[in-house]
Amino acid sequence: MSTRDWPLWEVFVRARRGLSHVHAGSLHAPDAEMALRNARDLYTRRGEGVSLWVVKASDIEASTPDERDPFFDPAADKIYRHPTFYDVPEGVEHL
Amino acid sequence: MTDRPLLDYTLGLADDALVSAQRMGWWISRAPELEEDVALANIGLDQLGQARTLLTYAGELEQEGRTEDDLAYLRDDREFRNVKLVERPMTDFGVAMARLLLFSTYQLHLYRALSASSDATLSGIAAKAVKEVTYHVDHATHWVLRLGDGTAGSHARMQVALDAEWPYVDELFTPLDPTLTRLVADPSALRDPVLTDVRRVVAEATLAMPEVAPALGGGRQGLHTEHLGHLLAEMQHLHRSHPGATW
Amino acid sequence: MSYHWYRGHVYGNDFGTDAPAQDGQAPAHDEQAFAALLADEDRIEPRDDMPEAYRKSLIRQIAQHAHSEIIGMQPEGNWISRAPSLRRKAILMAKVQDEAGHGLYLYAAAETLGVDRADLVDQLHSGRQKYSSIFNYPTLTWADVGAIGWLVDGAAITNQVPLCRCSYGPYARAMVRVCKEESFHQRQGFEILHTLSHGTTGQKAMAQDAVNRYWWPSLMMFGPPDDDSPNSARSMAWGIKRFSNDELRQRFVDMTVPQSEALGLTLPDPDLRWNDERGHYDYGDIDFTELFEVIKGNGPCNAERMAHKRGAHEAGAWVREAADAYADKHARRTEGAA
Repeated sequence: MSTRDWPLWEVFVRARRGLSHVHAGSLHAPDAEMALRNARDLYTRRGEGVSLWVVKASDIEASTPDERDPFFDPAADKIYRHPTFYDVPEGVEHL
Repeated sequence: MTDRPLLDYTLGLADDALVSAQRMGWWISRAPELEEDVALANIGLDQLGQARTLLTYAGELEQEGRTEDDLAYLRDDREFRNVKLVERPMTDFGVAMARLLLFSTYQLHLYRALSASSDATLSGIAAKAVKEVTYHVDHATHWVLRLGDGTAGSHARMQVALDAEWPYVDELFTPLDPTLTRLVADPSALRDPVLTDVRRVVAEATLAMPEVAPALGGGRQGLHTEHLGHLLAEMQHLHRSHPGATW
Repeated sequence: MSYHWYRGHVYGNDFGTDAPAQDGQAPAHDEQAFAALLADEDRIEPRDDMPEAYRKSLIRQIAQHAHSEIIGMQPEGNWISRAPSLRRKAILMAKVQDEAGHGLYLYAAAETLGVDRADLVDQLHSGRQKYSSIFNYPTLTWADVGAIGWLVDGAAITNQVPLCRCSYGPYARAMVRVCKEESFHQRQGFEILHTLSHGTTGQKAMAQDAVNRYWWPSLMMFGPPDDDSPNSARSMAWGIKRFSNDELRQRFVDMTVPQSEALGLTLPDPDLRWNDERGHYDYGDIDFTELFEVIKGNGPCNAERMAHKRGAHEAGAWVREAADAYADKHARRTEGAA
C-alpha cells in the first residue's frame, strides 16, 4: 500500500553574505523548481538565509564508512602542514 | 472629515486580504503534502499581515477610534468590502491554486501601481506587499502548470476549477470612485495586464481560457454571496461572545 | 547482538551511492567502534555501522515524534479560523505551521536511517505507528490553545532539550532546530492564559477549565513510571535517552507550579505541595489506565485525528500524482532537447 513519494532533496542555506552554503536538512519535492520553493518555505521562514541550493539526494556521491581509514587517516600524521609545527624565535612577528 | 471613498477603497483591499487569509488558514493540516502545508501557511500569514496593516489604516481614516480587531470582528457582512472571488469555499486544491493565481496576479498589479500613490501609508504598505505577492503568484503559477499539464485527470480537474473561478474575475476590475482617480491605483486599468499574465500561465498549463459569463459584482458595496455570512460567523463568534474583552 | 552493515538506498543526508551490502555483517571491530563512539559521547552518523536494534529503536522513536508534530497540528488548527484577535490568529497560524516544519525535520532525520517517509506515513495511517496521546484530547475552548502552549509544549520541551544531545547526529541536529523554534510556543501559550486569567470572569473560568483538563494528560506525556518502562534502560545506554521518565516529569512539575502561581490559576491536584526534604514538589498518583486507554485508541479524538489525516492524504493524491507526471514529462523534454 506504500505510495510512491516525491524524490528527496538536500537543502543548503547561505545564512548571510560572506559565508558558505551549509547543509540544513532535506525535504521532498516533485522537481527542482518546487524543491527550491519548498526549501525557502521550510528552511528560511525566520530569515535564516540569503541564498539556497537544492540537490537531489541521489545525485550526491559520498565517502562511506569502510573508506574512512584510507581516506582520512593518512592526513593525520602530516603535522608539518600546520603552522604550529614550526619553531619561531622569540620576538619574530608577522610570521 | 472622513474621506469615505478612500476608506472604502482601503477596506476593500483589507477585506480581500483578510477573507483570503481566512480561507487559506483552512488548508493548514489539509494540504496534499506536508511541504505544501508550510507553503500555504506562509501565504496565509502574508495575507493576514497585509489585512492587519490595511485595517489599522482604515481605522485611522475613519477617525472613530476603531482598531484592526474592531473592524475585523464587529462588522457584519453587509459592511465587508471584499470581492466575491475570495469569499467562496476553497476546499479543492485546484480551486485554491486557480483562485490564488487570479487573485495574487491582480494584487501584484494593484500593489505595484499603488506603491506609487501619493498616499504615503498606502504606498508603503503596497511596496512591502509587492514582494510577498510576487511569491504567491510564483507559487500559484507552478501549481497551475503542474496540475494543468500533469495527468489527464488533473488537467480536467484544473480546467473545472479555473472555469468555476472565472465568473468572479470581472469584479476585480470594478472602476474606481472618481474622487480617487489621481490618488490611488485604478482596478479597471488592470484588466489587460492581469489577464495577459493569466493567459500566459493558462496556455503554458495546456488549459483553455474559460468562456463563461461574469457573475454580478457588488462585493465592494457589501453585496456578497451567502458564503461570507458563514465565514464571518465562524471567524467572529468568540470575539463577539465576550464584549469588550482583551485577548 | 548482530551488527547490521547498513548500505541500502540513499536516504536523507546519508549521501552515497547505492551499493549492495557485501555480507550484511560488520567486521568485529565495528562493534567496538560503535561502543567507543558512545563512550566518547561522540555522535553516530548515518553511514556508520550500528546495531540493528539501535537503528530500529531510533526509527520508531523519531517517526513517533514526527507523527506527533503532524497530528499535533489538528487540535490547535481547530482554532485558527476562530482566534479571537488578528494578532492571535497570526501567532497561531505560525505555530501550527512550525509544527508541520518540525514534523518535516524529524521525518528527514528518520530517513537517514534507511526508511522512506511514505512508508512511515503509511504506518501512521494504518495505526502501526503511534503519535503522542495528548493530541487525542479535544480543544473545546480558546483557552485550550493556551493550555496546550503552556503545558503540552512545556512538557514537550522538557522532553526534547536532552534530545539535543542524543547520540544519533541527525536526530540531535533536528532537535536543536526544533527547540530553538519552539521557545516561542510555550511563551505564547502562557501569555494567552495570563491574559485570560486577568480578563473577565468568563475568561478566567475558561482558563481554569482548560488547565484542569490538560494538567494530568500533560504529566502522562512523560510516559509510564520508570519501573514500568521496559525500553528506557536500553535507550539510556545508547545515549538516546538522557533522563528517566520520572526525572523529566519531576523537572516539569517543579518548573510549572511556580508558573501556575504567576498565572493565578490552580493545578487540579490536592496532593501537590513542596517537599523540603526532597527539594521537589510532590504530586498525586497519575491514573495511567486512562493513558493506556487513549493509546489503545479509545481517547476522545483518536478516530477524528486519523480520519482528518488520512482524508487530507487521500484528497491530495491527485495533486501528488500530477506533480510526478509533470516532472517526468519535463525531464523527458529536457533530455529530448539536449
